Amino acid sequence: MPNRFSFLTLAREALRSHAGWRPQWRSPERPQPAYDIVILGGGGHGLATAYYLAKEHRVGRIAVLEKGWIGGGNTGRNTTIIRSNYLFPESAALYDHAVRLWEGLSAELNYNVMFSPRGVLMLAHGEHDVQSLKRHVHANRLAGVDNEWLAPAACKAFCPPLDISPAIRYPVLGGALQRRGGVARHDAVAWGYARAASALGVDILENCEVTGIARDPRGGAVTGVETSKGHIRCGKLGVVAAGSTSLVMAMAGLRMPLESFPLQALVSEPVKPVFPCVAMSNTIHAYVSQSDKGELVIGAGTDQYTSYSQAGNVQILEHTLEAICEIFPIFRRMRMLRAWGGIVDVTPDRSPIIGTTSVPGLYVNCGWGTGGFKATPGSGHVFAATIARSEPHPIAAPFSLDRFVTGRVIDEAAAAAVMH
Amino acid sequence: MLLIACPWCGPRPEMEFRHAGEAHLARPADPAAVSDAAWAAYLYERSNPRGEHAERWRHLHGCGRFFNARRHTLTDRISATYKPGEAP
Repeated sequence: MPNRFSFLTLAREALRSHAGWRPQWRSPERPQPAYDIVILGGGGHGLATAYYLAKEHRVGRIAVLEKGWIGGGNTGRNTTIIRSNYLFPESAALYDHAVRLWEGLSAELNYNVMFSPRGVLMLAHGEHDVQSLKRHVHANRLAGVDNEWLAPAACKAFCPPLDISPAIRYPVLGGALQRRGGVARHDAVAWGYARAASALGVDILENCEVTGIARDPRGGAVTGVETSKGHIRCGKLGVVAAGSTSLVMAMAGLRMPLESFPLQALVSEPVKPVFPCVAMSNTIHAYVSQSDKGELVIGAGTDQYTSYSQAGNVQILEHTLEAICEIFPIFRRMRMLRAWGGIVDVTPDRSPIIGTTSVPGLYVNCGWGTGGFKATPGSGHVFAATIARSEPHPIAAPFSLDRFVTGRVIDEAAAAAVMH
Repeated sequence: MLLIACPWCGPRPEMEFRHAGEAHLARPADPAAVSDAAWAAYLYERSNPRGEHAERWRHLHGCGRFFNARRHTLTDRISATYKPGEAP
């Protein structure tokens, strides 16, 4: 068992040279021969799924298989923005479910995920933007999600580095502010869920890559997985593999409505606190916040072509930095420390897929595209219920795989905060 | 940035091109005759491989024409570009 974090344990360890801290989660070298449920993918969503399965559904033995290490994938390399101001009621319900869980997550996990609801401000630069963002504000308020319209001067008051002069190329005409939105510490989310799941008995197997999916020759049901650590039998398999989902599902003979793209982010040199919120602009593609270390955290776009290279093109970064220099002129001389890319799986309607598949015992949670981090707790929570009950959780039901056959797509493509 | 050889114009920077998705997806000849699942498969399902990928590009800021390319999605190296109707 890991230590429970409290003032008392901290004080006790301070008195004995911090010699008593144990690893935060068990990472067994060898898997058990069989589990009731195997979660394929040890990112935030997979770990959250395992945690809620163990906590809320009595389902027996659970394992999380991660081909790399915990916190080494997209969960530890995103821009950490959390918000729920999506246009359609299905999306607002899903993402707001996540925000509500974020609000109590540090206490829930006994782990400081540094959730900071500092406000997410989305900027409008033209009449179309104004109408579109006001529509979002109204739709969100009808769905019970907070969102409010700010005039340019109010945007400036909320985000002082913003240039609201009418002379810039794309002047700021206002903004939509979700005050409950914000950021969290991404590594802490992965570590916190891993630690909490491990404490409930979940086996977290790192450096364990799945190479095949075994199926019953008669009914076709999933019976196990082939891995780099040998064969593991399982009753149910939940795939939460982000950019690699198409490759994993192909092992079960399924073609997915997904394409994988590199998405880039970058951080600046650290400076003193100057940026109090998260600011986003979909028209000129800028989104930026400041981490607690002082770095500006900047999200760029996806490349135009599918790729697994985990490296994007420099013109994508340049495009974003031009926009940031335009609306935040105080950053024009700032130096960037590093940039990186991660592979994201994008669906045709830019909404995720959560649910059952045509293969018995196989469940999938994917397609979060460029914005999955914000949904981590909610995604894990509804996916755990979907796996445990073998039927979609009510919030997850609209995000089924068969919506592409029925035509009931949830077209957030035009509604996404940033056009990719 | 990729250097892409347009089959008509020769090598040009990626900025001149627009990626147009997976190549060689044949539209069902009679859409009304296929099932909803088959139509959805045509519209939405993609092979999305980690490896060699046949894909369409359009030389948008050049000759404006579509062509096909074969690219490795892990290295992004383009091994061939060819005109529609040709073999790679």
